[in-house]
Amino acid sequence: MRNEFLEALVLEASRNPRIFLVVGDLGFSVVEPFAQRFPDRFLNAGVAEQSMTGLAAGLASEGYHVFTYSIANFPTFRCAEQFRNDVAYHRLPVTVVAVGGGLAYGSLGYSHHAVQDLALIRSFPGVLLAAPGDPLEAQACVRYLSAHPQPSYLRLGKSAEPRVHVAPIEVRPGGFQALPPAGGDSPGSCAILTTGATLKLGADLCASQALSGAWRLFSLPLWQRECAADVCEFVRAHARVAVIEDHLAAGGFGSFVRECLEPEPALQERVRCFSLAPEVCGIVADQLSLNRIGGLCSERLEPILAALTRLPRS
Amino acid sequence: MSPRASEKSSPARDSAETFDRADLARRIRVEALRMVHRAKASHVGGALSMADILACLYGGTLRVWPDEPQWPDRDRFILSKGHCCSALYAALALRGFFPLEELASYGSPGSRLMNHVSHKVPGVEFSTGSLGHGLPFGVGKALAGKRQQAPWRTFVLLSDGEMDEGSNWEALLQAAHHGLDNLVAIIDHNKIQSLGDVAAVLSLAPLREKLEAFNWSTREVDGHDVAALSSALNSVPWNRGKPSCLIAHTVKGKGVDFMENSLLWHYRSPDANQIASALKQLGGTA
Repeated sequence: MRNEFLEALVLEASRNPRIFLVVGDLGFSVVEPFAQRFPDRFLNAGVAEQSMTGLAAGLASEGYHVFTYSIANFPTFRCAEQFRNDVAYHRLPVTVVAVGGGLAYGSLGYSHHAVQDLALIRSFPGVLLAAPGDPLEAQACVRYLSAHPQPSYLRLGKSAEPRVHVAPIEVRPGGFQALPPAGGDSPGSCAILTTGATLKLGADLCASQALSGAWRLFSLPLWQRECAADVCEFVRAHARVAVIEDHLAAGGFGSFVRECLEPEPALQERVRCFSLAPEVCGIVADQLSLNRIGGLCSERLEPILAALTRLPRS
Repeated sequence: MSPRASEKSSPARDSAETFDRADLARRIRVEALRMVHRAKASHVGGALSMADILACLYGGTLRVWPDEPQWPDRDRFILSKGHCCSALYAALALRGFFPLEELASYGSPGSRLMNHVSHKVPGVEFSTGSLGHGLPFGVGKALAGKRQQAPWRTFVLLSDGEMDEGSNWEALLQAAHHGLDNLVAIIDHNKIQSLGDVAAVLSLAPLREKLEAFNWSTREVDGHDVAALSSALNSVPWNRGKPSCLIAHTVKGKGVDFMENSLLWHYRSPDANQIASALKQLGGTA
């Protein structure tokens, strides 16, 4: 996904002279095409995420739309205050890009596991969150962010993520992406909702014979607090909504969905959230295995979703 | 192509006026003292220590125009020691960026003159309050200026206490690496930080040597000698291809005898008797 991100960014930068890429000495074999083509709009800030984010805000204050690029928690937690004060509070067009959202860097250990980032960043007012679930969503997010420069966070996967969408899409904040039904023309009154890398798991669940087409897959790649009405409308249109996120429960996407439903308690009953169990923190394994340990796998979720399907509708 | 290329180019303006900098410094001190007294606010010691620096910047060095605070080719000034903003607000009001009477609202509910510097105030580029943010931001601005071949400079005023912050040392590395000779850092070296003397809390010595080793062009000056300050500030860059850092040796609480070199005035707000005495020393009235 990082290569598709960079490809999309190069394309946008070729027609938008404001786009500027700052990297925190990361991106080997990824960022070179941008650096070579736009040397005047590229900077390696060094291994210095605090000043990288501060200087990105300074560049943005002079007319650039700056993308800062690093791995997992480095461009977010390490420089959380610069993101909060310098970027978000000043409403400057900086897009913080983290590669390795969720457990994509599973074998590299806890330092590289981005499982609290959404909680941190969505607490900053006015920051748009982008969590694409496949390469096509990643490119659509880059197109949207480039056309709408603003304080934003782009949570990418790593590499070799499968395509789940079948054709290029366009995205907007609060715009739910309906994935094609896996089998037949089911009424799809039950919805699996994902943001980011759980899109593939959602697709597998929808396709599973055990669930016999009862669940339809949706993703929400772009979201922020201002999308609350869209979330209410989405839940209102479904009998059940299963939210799946590769993030700890505290403050994550599931929390976001629940907060959006605050004014309508009846809708809250339709929602079940499946987040990573905190036990996953500190364990080293590949992404798939870690997600399984954290509770995000078909074997665990299928029977739960099957039981939910059988519950009387509220 | 730079972002500026698509914008309307700005017609040239005459150089900024030059003011009586010693008198401007005195008036900045008077207004800052009145503000912290009325607001029962802190940090007057650090406001007084940088008054002469601000007087030199706003009295002639900075190419800024109060009638057009966002003039594209203005010099950019960033106050990194945002807690001492009373003096900056005073300087801006005295130069006409906003009405002098507005200073009376400093720190009151709903006022845009909050107790840490706010970019919502005309003439202020950047809000600070947490230390170690101004210089990295200034590096970004100076880098933009370089990439756009812009004529303006970026000046950042820092406290000595905030030189403890790692983010400043990151920014020092970056500014030198990229040869940002359009960037000027001024360190208000009053030798006192939050809980005591800089030398006792976390020594910066030898500060100049450290900055030189970071490949900055440096000078030291008496931070209350407006002629010396202006001479240094008006001649940047001192070395082509290097950012400039002026270490201004100052006295915390400068200008009010009972506040000078006293940690207490990092926190205390002058009461009625104290403000009367302070203003009398500076030739002002409460």
